[in-house]
Amino acid sequence: MAYSDKVLDHYNNPRNVGSLDKNDPNVGTGLVGAPECGDVMKLQIKVNPETGIIEDAKFKTFGCGSAIASSSLATELIKGKTIDEAMQLKNTVIVNELSLPPVKIHCSVLAEDAIKAAIEDYKRKAAVHSTAAQSA
Amino acid sequence: MLKFPIYLDYHATTPVDERVLEAMLPYFREHFGNAASRNHSFGWVAEEAVEKARKQVAALINASPKEIVFTSGATESNNLAIKGVAEMYAEKGDHIITAATEHKSVLDTCKRLEKRGFRVTYLPVRPDGLIDLDQLRDAITDRTILVSIMYGNNEIGTVQDIRTIGQICHEKGVLFHTDGTQAAGKIPVDVIADNIDLMSFTAHKMYGPKGVGALYVRRKNPRVQLTAQIDGGGHERGMRSGTLNVPGIVGFGKAAELCQQLMPEEMARLQRLRDKLKDGILAQLDEVYINGTMERRLPHNLNMSFAYVEGESLLMGINDIAVSSGSACTSATLEPSYVLKALGAGDDLAHSSIRFGLGRFTTEEEIDYTIGKVVEVVKKLRELSPLYEMVKEGIDLSKVEWTAH
Ligand SMILES: Cc1ncc(COP(=O)(O)O)c(C=O)c1O
Ligand code: FES
Repeated sequence: MAYSDKVLDHYNNPRNVGSLDKNDPNVGTGLVGAPECGDVMKLQIKVNPETGIIEDAKFKTFGCGSAIASSSLATELIKGKTIDEAMQLKNTVIVNELSLPPVKIHCSVLAEDAIKAAIEDYKRKAAVHSTAAQSA
Repeated sequence: MLKFPIYLDYHATTPVDERVLEAMLPYFREHFGNAASRNHSFGWVAEEAVEKARKQVAALINASPKEIVFTSGATESNNLAIKGVAEMYAEKGDHIITAATEHKSVLDTCKRLEKRGFRVTYLPVRPDGLIDLDQLRDAITDRTILVSIMYGNNEIGTVQDIRTIGQICHEKGVLFHTDGTQAAGKIPVDVIADNIDLMSFTAHKMYGPKGVGALYVRRKNPRVQLTAQIDGGGHERGMRSGTLNVPGIVGFGKAAELCQQLMPEEMARLQRLRDKLKDGILAQLDEVYINGTMERRLPHNLNMSFAYVEGESLLMGINDIAVSSGSACTSATLEPSYVLKALGAGDDLAHSSIRFGLGRFTTEEEIDYTIGKVVEVVKKLRELSPLYEMVKEGIDLSKVEWTAH
């Protein structure tokens, strides 16, 4: 199967590869997929608690080239957005941007799931944090 | 000088050897006759060429020429052998034994027969890729008519103990078919010594053309009979009708002759290069696993899993080398290789597997380049892999609660 130039570009020069400190209260971590299924994505966001803006995003992906490209693009798309805006991001944006063929659509779905999981993790931590702060 | 892309997928198919092509060309041009035309020299010339090829193909496997039935390839040969025996011996029994790691053209043929009322036992394989001979013995009943176990596996290159399997079958009075597609022309195959009753093989895996193959059908001790699956003019002693593919058959004959001549030298050369590839990769990367035993293996096969790296992304990184992967992402069905799954190593290793198939035109430089490239790309992808990171942090991946989707 031939890959689109955009997929090749993200595969060859992935953006925002790496990890953030998962114990930082402002960092949300999403880990989706399973090794037996052949795809696992870890996507992390660092949120400014005052503005709700995603100031940094990092990923690591075990999966096909389209999965790597989807997660790389996902980090680019959500950086600078608020968590509410990022929550609205649909996988179809990734599909169109990378010209993914039908068999690779699930790779973009995984990226969408990873964003949501990271945001939910951040919100959960923030909630725990604020109740902890209140009760103190 | 290296030429790209480097072809290391000789289990999928092989290029036609120049000498084979040369031998074929006259049979497209001046000697275009139909081998079944009895009335003129065009037919006689074609028939003579087919009979010469039949001798060459038979000689490769120590058969007699009369025991060779030409077909369109190993898929057809497997269908003819299994369905042909099932129909011919249906009165004697209704049970067939095969193995989980067979080629689809054997497995799907057996599934079709199950729909028609036959019973099929799919023997599991051990982690080394070989069947358990005691399990085979136990599976044979007085209703068993056929055992079909492949010679060399197309993914992991493992070579079954065909001689003993054949012996067990003969002791029990059961016919033995083997899919010899990956073994014939590559390692010594002797249908007499190996106790084989039927064997499928194909030209395009041994530097011959695509679309021509053969079924060896034993003529004595025992004399095997088959119900034809393609009816018509009664070619190939009624076992396979249809005008013979004369140029293809001539090419198959020449390819078989070359394989027989070159085999000792080719086996030694490819085994050395294959071992160099294996050792070169293992020396530079940790957590690389070899799928299938190295003890009984085709000399030109290597199948490895690179833990924490997904196969398709690895193929993408080494895109100037043509290899294949058992990863789900590379398959149309998004299922990982059933052969690797059958080894019981866990699906995650199937997703991370690469099959290297070396062949006649593989060079030492190509192997050196491949070692370097694979090591570089695996390292890069591991830096990208959340699994590799987790393992380095001391997390046991089997204990993580994954969100399967
Ligand atoms: C083990 C095995 N059996 C059968 C076949 C089918 O051969 P053919 O392509 O000649 O139909 C192949 C090749 O794909 C094979 O590797
Ligand atoms: S991760 Fe398997 S197809 Fe993309």
